[in-house]
Amino acid sequence: MKKFTWVQPDNIDEAQRQINAVTATIATGKTIQGAAVIKAGGVDLLDLMKENIIAPAKIVSINALPGLGKIGFDEKSGLRIGALVKLSDLEENAEIKKHYAALHESVSHAATPQIRNMATLGGNLAQRPRCWYFRSEDHKCLKKGGTKCFAQEGQNQIHGIFNTEICPCVHSSSVSTALVAFGAQVEITGAKGKLRNVPLAEFFVSPQVDVTRENILERGEIITALTVPAPPKGQKSWYIKQAAKESYDWALADAAVVAQMSGDTIKDVKIVLGAAAPTPYRATAAEQLLRGQKVSEKLAVQVGTAAVEGATPLAHNAYKVPMFKAIVKECVLNLV
Amino acid sequence: MRKEKFPIGIPGVNLREIEREVPVTEPPAWPINDKLKHVGKSVKRTDAILKVTGKAKYTADINLPGMLQGRMLRSPHPSAKILSIDTSAAEAFPGVKAVYVLRSNMSGAEPKGGEDNGYPEIKYAGQAIAGVAAKDGQTAEEALKLIKVEYQTMPFVVDMDEAREPGAPLVFEQQVEQEETGGGGGGAKGLEQQGNVRGPSTKSFFGGPRGDVEQGMAEADVIVEGIFRTQVQTHSALETHGIVADWKPDMLTVYASTQSTKGVRSEMASIFDLPESKVRVICEYMGGGFGAKYGAGNFGVTAVNLSKISGQPVKLMLDRKAEHLAVGNRPNSWQELKIGAKKDGTLTAIKQESYGTAGIGLGAGVGRVAQAVYECPNFLTEQYDVFTNAGPGAAFRAPGNPQGAFALEQLIDELAEKLGTDALELRDKIDNSVVRKEERRLAAKAINWSRRKKPGSDTGVIKRGIGVAQSTWPRLIDIDSTAEVRMYRDGTVEIRSGVMDIGTGTRTILSQIVAEELGLEPEQISVKIGDTLFPNGPASGGSKVSGSITPAARNAAYKAKQEILKQAAPKMEEKAADLELKDGMIVSKTSGKTMSFKDALKQMRTSQIMTSASREDDYGGFMVGTFISHGDLGSVQMAEVSVNTETGFVKVEKIVAAHSCGRPLNPMQIQSQVNGGVIQGISYALYEDRVMDKNTGHMLNANLDQYKIAFSMEIPDIEVINIEEYTARSSTDAFGIAEPANIATAAAVANAIYNAIGVRLYELPMTPDKVLKALNLV
Ligand SMILES: Cc1cc2nc3c(=O)[nH]c(=O)nc-3n(C[C@H](O)[C@H](O)[C@H](O)COP(=O)(O)OP(=O)(O)OC[C@H]3O[C@@H](n4cnc5c(N)ncnc54)[C@H](O)[C@@H]3O)c2cc1C
Repeated sequence: MKKFTWVQPDNIDEAQRQINAVTATIATGKTIQGAAVIKAGGVDLLDLMKENIIAPAKIVSINALPGLGKIGFDEKSGLRIGALVKLSDLEENAEIKKHYAALHESVSHAATPQIRNMATLGGNLAQRPRCWYFRSEDHKCLKKGGTKCFAQEGQNQIHGIFNTEICPCVHSSSVSTALVAFGAQVEITGAKGKLRNVPLAEFFVSPQVDVTRENILERGEIITALTVPAPPKGQKSWYIKQAAKESYDWALADAAVVAQMSGDTIKDVKIVLGAAAPTPYRATAAEQLLRGQKVSEKLAVQVGTAAVEGATPLAHNAYKVPMFKAIVKECVLNLV
Repeated sequence: MRKEKFPIGIPGVNLREIEREVPVTEPPAWPINDKLKHVGKSVKRTDAILKVTGKAKYTADINLPGMLQGRMLRSPHPSAKILSIDTSAAEAFPGVKAVYVLRSNMSGAEPKGGEDNGYPEIKYAGQAIAGVAAKDGQTAEEALKLIKVEYQTMPFVVDMDEAREPGAPLVFEQQVEQEETGGGGGGAKGLEQQGNVRGPSTKSFFGGPRGDVEQGMAEADVIVEGIFRTQVQTHSALETHGIVADWKPDMLTVYASTQSTKGVRSEMASIFDLPESKVRVICEYMGGGFGAKYGAGNFGVTAVNLSKISGQPVKLMLDRKAEHLAVGNRPNSWQELKIGAKKDGTLTAIKQESYGTAGIGLGAGVGRVAQAVYECPNFLTEQYDVFTNAGPGAAFRAPGNPQGAFALEQLIDELAEKLGTDALELRDKIDNSVVRKEERRLAAKAINWSRRKKPGSDTGVIKRGIGVAQSTWPRLIDIDSTAEVRMYRDGTVEIRSGVMDIGTGTRTILSQIVAEELGLEPEQISVKIGDTLFPNGPASGGSKVSGSITPAARNAAYKAKQEILKQAAPKMEEKAADLELKDGMIVSKTSGKTMSFKDALKQMRTSQIMTSASREDDYGGFMVGTFISHGDLGSVQMAEVSVNTETGFVKVEKIVAAHSCGRPLNPMQIQSQVNGGVIQGISYALYEDRVMDKNTGHMLNANLDQYKIAFSMEIPDIEVINIEEYTARSSTDAFGIAEPANIATAAAVANAIYNAIGVRLYELPMTPDKVLKALNLV
């Protein structure tokens, strides 16, 4: 790891004055004089530095910024989570467990207890993919400003099955799978305190738009909070993560189903797949099948099948198709 | 020689007495464990507190005055010629004290002839090229980037199947002469080499082929056959390879994380042209080794050179990436196995052909289980090494054998099914090991074998199954194993040997042995090990430590005892022959007179008594040469798994592991060794896999994130059954357990998966994608 300097401003203006780059930019090899990037928990940032993917000159810790560490819940306005809230705090929050079961499940299955103690929600949303070509200094791939995606012809067992043409790596925030299904919004603070609120689904950027980054964050912008709409009456949700191992592992496939029920009947539903595509993937055809229906084993199987409709698996990851079918089915059955 | 009556056999099964001749310098026979005070008891690890409190100093914890930090430059190319190396900028970098460029590659095969331009030929990505020592690690790392290497890249091949093709890029243009290094068989000296394929090796130390397999197959009523594949597994010991080298004009001192202090000493002495007396190797505490931590290594040679150049001590610990790439792995395998049998189960022929790649190393065979576990008159094996541009394989916990067992034990299961026999009944018929028979009985009871259902008959999405697999491992002995016992006037007792405790509990068992012999408590024995200033101990490999050093330790303690009794006798007005040591007292067997052990030591003629003893030949002689005892370390493991037939996810619910290691010295430590072996076996069965990119020649998961290893949630309920088996071959009659513990696990899990889903998996690791494929869902 290269030497770097460290600052920890205690107000957002000062932080923004210090920050002059997003990690995605410096990972492409673009030289930015004295590149200074945001560090929250540092879990992903330090990994990237140790792997020689980035070498920022300055680390701007945002941990001392006031007011970003709280979780607020109100039956009417919903949930507001500060960007510095740790995954372990989310996991322990009783309101989340009660009203947003899928979010609770996704958080408590992310990473390890130790990592959850350090990992912030903001950092989780802005973390970089775990594609082994991207993470290898020996492969200058598209994401790092190179000219080639090595996964296309190479070892793509952990990659996506949708939108695979340019860069098939998947977004590694499994927490987002649930958050997108709940219709969460990201609050981003720009220069001079300018706020913008963006649906989380639109926060993520597909390779078609820009393969070198996974989100819309511009330099100096700080995620300050995440909001989740109040739970409508009859909201039920579930989330399943399938990995190769049970003790901490990245999802091979994960899915969140958030439904608004009236008795046994599903009035509205969102189904989101993680580890399926470069961004959290809405399985709209599957949602369509469920709307207005009563949950049954047979229907759940059909929904699972519909969820992977149009998948374009790569040479080594066709197994993800039946895996998604199975977990979507299980999630649907879990609603009743 | 003196005649002694020894217990022999398994208590409760066939325990009896046997008379053997023993050298007069050796102690009387011990009775079975029941009648001993410390041996065979679960004595707490003597260094447990030191380890959990961080007081135990591992190699990485060694800090010497003026010590520099070393880092290594590794090749980014899988195959290349180095045209030039310019180190001037690195040498001029502030804080850098030494730069050293390797002349050649120290690990892996070394072909004969070929041109030599003074630089190592690059044969795999990650190969060591040079090292830098600087005032701190960061400086050294930055300096590495300043070393200019001019490469001429060359074609490469990392995939074994592709390497076997005619016309594949040649890893070695020249003939490779030397013997295998990986310990898995498949690499005898001077074998034929065609393209990247070298072999076949047909022999092992159990002999060569026997009978006539073709005729055996012709006599068979039933034939089962299959092609099996296993993956490359990297060692991933908790502590990486590393060394602290301190070159002084009169002595080279090396602290190393090693499985053989004496091995490192002799290699360093020969490389640096020093007398062995001027090389000292120390390994007081060791963070794990599974066969890859022998010898000096590229990193070790580099560190010593850096220390020599700078005149300062140098610490050089490998990082996890280098650990995966460059310092050893269990080779993969492609095996075709065919077994013929009569209707009644009697085996008529076993034919085995295998290919494996140890990268640029040798020894990618599939071990000896197919040759040795079952009675079969006709046997033939042909094992080939395939060179690829990847890091060299190394011995890895029972080299070759988990690979071989994965195929053999699945086919034996298939045979049982074809014959309509229960898998255990068939084994009762074709396996004549008394030990494994008892192990099968006990394990079957523990796992409740009788509830086992027909393959795939469990209903529901998640199906459960039970499977069994067996193994054998030779009782290896290193006769170059010496222990010294010292008694001091202040009443303390010490044992010294160069042997290391690599986490297996050697320290503790040595204290038990000496305490037992001297009538003391284990805590009273100070154990000094892991230093070549002490007498040579065995290398920690081949599961041979307990069988090699404990007889030497007991014999040395016995000699010291004779000496102190001789000195105490006149003072007690007794004959030495009438005295014994018991509970800290010298007691006369005739008069009942006593003198405390401490008092006796206070009155010694000299301030210390020093006696030493080496491992003598087995009583009644060895089975093979002077390195293999009679009998084997037989084991039986049973697995219960659940398989999600929609996601392909396999969970191991329970493992019963029944093992024998002769006279068990410390049941708790044995259990802990077997736990480790089983966990590593599960990890091999389901998760671990070195992923190589064929197009770029790089390993993609050289970390502990994407290289998946069983963690806490993957560890099932493990029940260890330890058989007491006496063989009357040495003064302790003990053997090791480390390697047998993980041979059968993957095969047992595979058989359990088959029992659960009714479809067999022929390839490791048995990940969800393979299960889903087998179930025709992909
Ligand atoms: C072994 C392991 C397993 C894991 N498993 C999972 C898993 O199963 N599921 C899952 O979802 N995640 C998983 N993670 C990822 C982990 O949750 C994230 O790395 C972590 O949440 C990052 O948060 P952080 O606070 O440490 O971010 P940092 O490392 O500090 O920052 C990450 C990135 O986000 C930027 N950033 C941080 N905060 C902000 C902000 N407020 N505004 C703008 N940019 C910001 C930083 O500049 C940096 O580029 C795993 C990580 C590891 C190491």
